[in-house]
Amino acid sequence: MQFEYKIKGGDFSEAGTISSKLKKILKQLNIDNKIIKKVVIALYEAEVNVIAHAYNGKVNIDIDTEKIEINIKDKGPGIENIAKAMEKGFSTATSKVREMGFGAGMGLPNIKKNSDKLDIKSKVSEGTNLKIITFLNK
Amino acid sequence: MQENYFYHALKIDKKQCIGCTHCISVCPTQAIRIINGKAEIIQNRCVDCGECYKACPVSAIKVEDNDLNIINKFKYKVALIPAILRSQFPDNINESKIFDSLIQIGFTHVYEVELSADLISKKVKEELKSKNCVKPLISSFCPAIVRLIQVKFPSLIDNIIKIKPPIDITALYIKKHLSENGVDPKDIGIFYITPCAAKIAAIYSPVGEIKSVVNGTFNLNNIYNRIFKNLIKNNEKDNNSQKINLTKTQLTWCLTNGEAKNYSCKSLSIDGIQNVIEYLEKIETQKIKDVDFLELRACDESCAGGILNVQNRFLSVEKMMKLSKENTNTNFVSKITDYKEFLEKKILIEDIKPRSMIKLDENLDQAINKMEKIQKIMNFLPKIDCGACGAPTCLALAEDIAQNKADISQCIFLKKNINTDKTVEKIWGKNRFKNIEDYES
Ligand SMILES: Nc1ncnc2c1ncn2[C@@H]1O[C@H](COP(=O)(O)OP(=O)(O)OP(=O)(O)O)[C@@H](O)[C@H]1O
Ligand code: SF4
Ligand SMILES: [Mg+2]
Repeated sequence: MQFEYKIKGGDFSEAGTISSKLKKILKQLNIDNKIIKKVVIALYEAEVNVIAHAYNGKVNIDIDTEKIEINIKDKGPGIENIAKAMEKGFSTATSKVREMGFGAGMGLPNIKKNSDKLDIKSKVSEGTNLKIITFLNK
Repeated sequence: MQENYFYHALKIDKKQCIGCTHCISVCPTQAIRIINGKAEIIQNRCVDCGECYKACPVSAIKVEDNDLNIINKFKYKVALIPAILRSQFPDNINESKIFDSLIQIGFTHVYEVELSADLISKKVKEELKSKNCVKPLISSFCPAIVRLIQVKFPSLIDNIIKIKPPIDITALYIKKHLSENGVDPKDIGIFYITPCAAKIAAIYSPVGEIKSVVNGTFNLNNIYNRIFKNLIKNNEKDNNSQKINLTKTQLTWCLTNGEAKNYSCKSLSIDGIQNVIEYLEKIETQKIKDVDFLELRACDESCAGGILNVQNRFLSVEKMMKLSKENTNTNFVSKITDYKEFLEKKILIEDIKPRSMIKLDENLDQAINKMEKIQKIMNFLPKIDCGACGAPTCLALAEDIAQNKADISQCIFLKKNINTDKTVEKIWGKNRFKNIEDYES
């Protein structure tokens, strides 16, 4: 089963809308609460990253009996050094953004922590692709 | 394991119900459908918040009440009253007059529920400090909220504080106190004068307890009328009776911020069930951090807004605040503190069980099938949410259809030729019904 949503860069007021929608879907599917929590946190962080760092993006969610696969694809500056971006505390956010409560450099590490499989592909000045997989029967 | 029997005090009077859509559209858990021209409550979704009662234009929704005579089964007839009862009467009627009237009605003792508030607040403070406290801690005070979390936010069940609400603890105290004074516990009947339907449900089918210590309930509006009759009959001068004081904490406990203000940590008070839902949706997606305590109440202005109250809720709050400033005797020590150790041993409730109404199926494969079906059906439905199908929204109808509880022919817009009807097009736009042809073929 598939779902598709769009994200607009820069629109912080919309942060969390898609993860809320996914949360409702997973509750309806009677998915274990702990799994719901993980998936929702991971998607939330990815959503915020598109809003904070890219121009626009698209979220594709595919759910079957085995797994939840989320693809977040954005058009944006891309990530130069993925390994570095994955480090806890690494952020290119400006001090202004930090004052607003974002930019602690915890987003990507949090996604990693809350997913079973994470795949990042990025091209500088084109965009970033995130694939987050969560398995349902473990 | 999920519980499956729930007592509900809200009942629809089928004779009076005109089958409009007011109640179905305000219900926060989408628990009402129109069937055969009358509203019907889906029992395992209802949380007894009373929104439908307030919305009904013909007063067809009733709150079940008991015959006052049931107190006569007991030798000692205790009226357990909420402090908010004081605020229902004019300023010159002080609490002792209310207490006297209750005695004249037939009760032998009168106690106020909130006597145990200080005890609870102390316990909550301890819990907030403890290392393995699940935050935000959610108050267990409002039974409509506890039920809301069970059916709609099962992932937050562990956040509900495992401490009994004041009504239970005060009832325990009364039983203990009277029996220590030579009364046989079997002879004691404790009756709660309730401002809302949720408290009735909490007494007849409690959550996290097997049986409530309270024996029965009477609706506040009916007791109000009896007290009122008594007061005008008596007509005597103020008999100089003593004021019965509660502490400030006790007096304001049931009002908005009455609990939260006792805790120095970051605590919020949210009243109104829609506001509560909005907030709980947010914390479920983890977007709010660092909040330690949540006081959540189903009614606007908390218990001052209880559906069985007589006084306007804002006037009621004003009076309670005034009483708490003027009357509070900070030296007032109720006997309840003598029973601190006994009560503290009994203060905890057992595990609260989830009873999610949201899941489409236990089985994931089936649930996915049903959700795909819902998506498909939603392509056809006009998304007007008119309620004419008997369900609160188009989505609710689609969900009912997927669950085999409704039929797509219930949608009045899926009737033949509606997509070519010019009047309909003028109101709802050209594209609204463009999928209907697909549905028909
Ligand atoms: N979609 C993206 N497009 C471009 N750059 C990104 C994207 N996602 C992350 N980055 C880069 O990776 C860095 C680390 O991301 P991460 O989410 O871990 O932290 P953050 O977004 O800076 O702060 P936080 O997520 O804690 O608010 C970001 O500062 C940014 O430079
Ligand atoms: S806020 Fe008070 S009156 Fe309203 S439902 Fe909750 S307990 Fe009852
Ligand atoms: Mg981030």
